[in-house]
Amino acid sequence: MEILQHLFDGFIIAFQPLNLFMIILGCTMGLFIGAMPGLGSVNGVAILLPLTFLVPKTAAIIFLGSLYYGAMYGGAISSIMLGIPGASTAVATTFDGRPLALRGEADKALIAAAMASFVGGTISVLLFTGFAPPLADFALRFGSPEIFALMLLAFATFVGLGSDDIPKTILSICIGLVFGAVGVDVITGQPRLVFFDLPGFMRPINFLVLAIGIYGIGEMLWVIETNKGEVLISQATVSIKRIVETFKELGQTVKMMLMGSFLGYFVGVLPAAGATPGSLMAYGIAKTMSDDPSSFGKGNLNGIVAPEAANNAASTGSMLPMLTLGIPGSPTTAILLGGMVMWGLEPGPMLFVRETEFVWGLIASLYVANFFALLINVGFIPMFIWVLKLPFTILAPIIFVLCIVGGFAPTDSMHDVWLMLIFGVVGYMMRKLDYPMAPAVLAIVLGPLAEPALRQSLLISDGSFAIFFNRPIAGPITIVALILIFLPLIKFFRRAKPYTEPQR
Amino acid sequence: MRKAEIVMGLVMAVFSIYLMWKSAELPIDWIPKKGPGGGAYPFWLSAIMLLSALAIVIRGLLGKTPESRSTEPYMDRQTLKLFAIVAGSITGAIALTHIISMYFAVALFLIFYMRFLGGHSWKTVAGFAILTPVFLFVFFEAALKVTLPKGYVEALFYPIYGLMY
Repeated sequence: MEILQHLFDGFIIAFQPLNLFMIILGCTMGLFIGAMPGLGSVNGVAILLPLTFLVPKTAAIIFLGSLYYGAMYGGAISSIMLGIPGASTAVATTFDGRPLALRGEADKALIAAAMASFVGGTISVLLFTGFAPPLADFALRFGSPEIFALMLLAFATFVGLGSDDIPKTILSICIGLVFGAVGVDVITGQPRLVFFDLPGFMRPINFLVLAIGIYGIGEMLWVIETNKGEVLISQATVSIKRIVETFKELGQTVKMMLMGSFLGYFVGVLPAAGATPGSLMAYGIAKTMSDDPSSFGKGNLNGIVAPEAANNAASTGSMLPMLTLGIPGSPTTAILLGGMVMWGLEPGPMLFVRETEFVWGLIASLYVANFFALLINVGFIPMFIWVLKLPFTILAPIIFVLCIVGGFAPTDSMHDVWLMLIFGVVGYMMRKLDYPMAPAVLAIVLGPLAEPALRQSLLISDGSFAIFFNRPIAGPITIVALILIFLPLIKFFRRAKPYTEPQR
Repeated sequence: MRKAEIVMGLVMAVFSIYLMWKSAELPIDWIPKKGPGGGAYPFWLSAIMLLSALAIVIRGLLGKTPESRSTEPYMDRQTLKLFAIVAGSITGAIALTHIISMYFAVALFLIFYMRFLGGHSWKTVAGFAILTPVFLFVFFEAALKVTLPKGYVEALFYPIYGLMY
């Protein structure tokens, strides 16, 4: 019952005029950003985070949380109308959404996507409300070794469960962690890694510099390159009658919506997985469970609702470890976590004790955001289609300007703007070679939290790494993390031989 | 693509050696009663990074990654041109910020991009080039109290300051 009381207080916070305005603004902007081909929640949150300094931290997190949500809804719009995923999280939505649009039933696909997002969002917020407080309570007992073990697990999931090249993933993690160590050694206070003796490196590298560089500049360079060709925009006519008809048809897809919601939520909780694999898995399962798998890919509504429910559920799921343990479940939540540190909050289970207004305001606002996102989405479908017609040569320079200003504002330093440009350009060049970039962003956020945890643990144990194995909670976590890291390595060496021989 | 894969791996290897050397400016060994030295954590991470970079180079040479088997160019002529213009114009805008303030640099950047890359009408271009800096000024200077860089043209802003304060 205590949870209900907190939730009730949270709703009072969410309905304060400023916060309610933030929810509506966040949902709308999220829908727009999600609808733009190539841009998703992570880009929106990274580019707009510096603008949230205008409002108090609770309003800021509510805005960003709503934006995250809206972007998940919006991603479907460009998947369906253009056949280009609005974000990687909406890739699976193109499979059946695009064929429907080409048949002239774009409105049906859009409404199905919006409705599934709503169901996925609602179920996952309910699960979140139930799971978060006990988990945070449990995590209160964690000391430095447990915290470090959890962070190790977060990185291990990238290596073990990520689909990217393993040496490239490890390299990306290490770069992020080393950049997170630049500036001053927090324990001895000595300056460290001051590259070329530039005074700008006497301070830590702000995570936003890397995040905006990669998800702003780098992403735009990528989108400009891939969007060279012309695209065909489908037309959608929306009328009340058609909406009602679609709703009747949606009755048959309830099972898939529920499957997608639960699957998405639990996949979202895992650090490396997040919404993209969650939605692809949901699509795969929906197809195998179907009586008529051959209709998938040709415009089956089940093929839209399963991934759309899953990606929204995953976005909420990824907030669970971020809020309760201080370990982000996705690149977007990594940036949110970095933002929380900037606002002067200490991430981790203590958040539920010390910052009840912040935590419950956010949770309640997710319920409200879900509702508004559905309303705005269905009500303004024509407007979002208009966004897709906006010429990229107008959007791109404006986003670049936001990146430049956003790189400057948090630290008031041109040094950071230059650094952001370098990160963006190099990040783009590495991405072209399939280096995953999300681990680096996660690492630069977690690095400054992981290092003290590691060093304090080693101090307690007087230098013995056994401390990560012989404690009841840290032990199992470390072992799982090590298995995840070494499993692919073992496979990799086993597979190495037969791979080379057939090539003479 | 193959060449780019191997070159990038080598660049990363060299970069990680630099990071190791730079970390070693601080003690990297165990200091009794104080725990690991300040340089130990970045040093060992850079060492892992070096191993990964070497693995990337070796796998690249053996043709184990899709990139190292690809015969497509890393960037074709058209992509390279576009990349150079876009990245170059952003670099130009940031460099100009030091001299003619972020506001004028942003305006020039928008004019260049929208007019010469996008080919939009002067009316549209002028609208964006004027309104964007005005919005930035209102948002950052007036609302957030963040002063954006003004370079050598700070004097131009004195009358506006006069109105504000």
